[in-house]
Amino acid sequence: MNTVRTCLVVDDSRVMRKVAIRIVEQLNFEGVEAGDGLEALTYCRAAMPDAILLDWAMPVMDGMEFLRQLRAEPNGDKPVVVFCSAESRPERIRLAVDHGAAEYIMKPFDGDIIASKFEAVGLI
Amino acid sequence: MTPADLEFVAELVRRHAGVVIRADKAFFIETRLGPVARREKAPGVAALLDQLRRVPDPVLTRAVVEATLMQETSFFRDRAVFEQIGKMILPDLRARRGAAPLRILSAGCATGQEAYSLAMLATDLAAPAGVEIVAVDFGSFPLEKARTGLFTHFEAQRGLPIRRLLAHFDKIDENWRIRPDLRQMIRWEEMNLLDDLSGLGRFDLVLCRYVLGSLTPEASVRVVDSLDAACRPDGVVVVGAAETPALSAAFSPGGTRGVWRRNPAFAHEPIHSRA
Repeated sequence: MNTVRTCLVVDDSRVMRKVAIRIVEQLNFEGVEAGDGLEALTYCRAAMPDAILLDWAMPVMDGMEFLRQLRAEPNGDKPVVVFCSAESRPERIRLAVDHGAAEYIMKPFDGDIIASKFEAVGLI
Repeated sequence: MTPADLEFVAELVRRHAGVVIRADKAFFIETRLGPVARREKAPGVAALLDQLRRVPDPVLTRAVVEATLMQETSFFRDRAVFEQIGKMILPDLRARRGAAPLRILSAGCATGQEAYSLAMLATDLAAPAGVEIVAVDFGSFPLEKARTGLFTHFEAQRGLPIRRLLAHFDKIDENWRIRPDLRQMIRWEEMNLLDDLSGLGRFDLVLCRYVLGSLTPEASVRVVDSLDAACRPDGVVVVGAAETPALSAAFSPGGTRGVWRRNPAFAHEPIHSRA
């Protein structure tokens, strides 16, 4: 079994993906990326990651729709999903949590926040 | 910052708060004192300290000491400790105390994250009513912030699980404010930990974390004495994970690193002689 765990960073901003991947790599994850929900779903069908850092608003397929479809996939319940979105309205955050997000990060964020949220859900 | 200026500030902090400032902290202190200098309309930190040397104004002295001591903290700092407090220590104390109030001391509470974390855990108890948290700090600025219960976007995400944020905070513009029912559980006291704390009464749970490590040996003995005396005969004292307090023989390690349980068979008197 592969001991290096994978974190899939899903965000339509290339800069944001770069920043997030650098942070998760510091937390000893192998960082992989997808630019929208559909790309992320394709990745997951090939190789289910251990963690997913998931943006909400994205073209093609948004984060919430991705999460719904992911959970219907074989082993789709395995990845720990942490939302990472500019959406900060409490009722919207609650919706993400109710749909199976283990944690939720509001943008802007920093490395400490990702580390503390990953710790909270037992990823580190 | 010149070595003379650093030594001057270090001496003020040692005298007023019993805290040791290391020589490699010069840059850090200069950054902290910048805002104080601006507030005082001094042309810079060096000028501010000159002014204080000429006129030892107690208010300004206090402002300098406070700014130097200000600490960064987070909610549920050292997750394992709060797990134990929430799942074992509080329910156990609640069962033993029955209807009597549970009293918790947060000594060196800074901007209040520790006290509010405890308040959140208290709401998980079957009977959250009757939990009284007393939070003490030397600094009036951090206490003022703590009292408002208002945390920035970044602070509200450090250590705070999203479910807790949703359950206990209201969003106000870009900030998050802890709800009134939790704020009401906490009494804030502006006090120096080197002073006599006995007026606060005794507590079932005493937390004093990341304070002892920075104190002079004399100050540390004094604070440990106070914590010892503030703890009820069968209470619990919690210090920072890497801190090794010279607690009395009544205390033994109580699980997670930093947690000490008091054995009620020991008579209740501090081990060190009091000044």
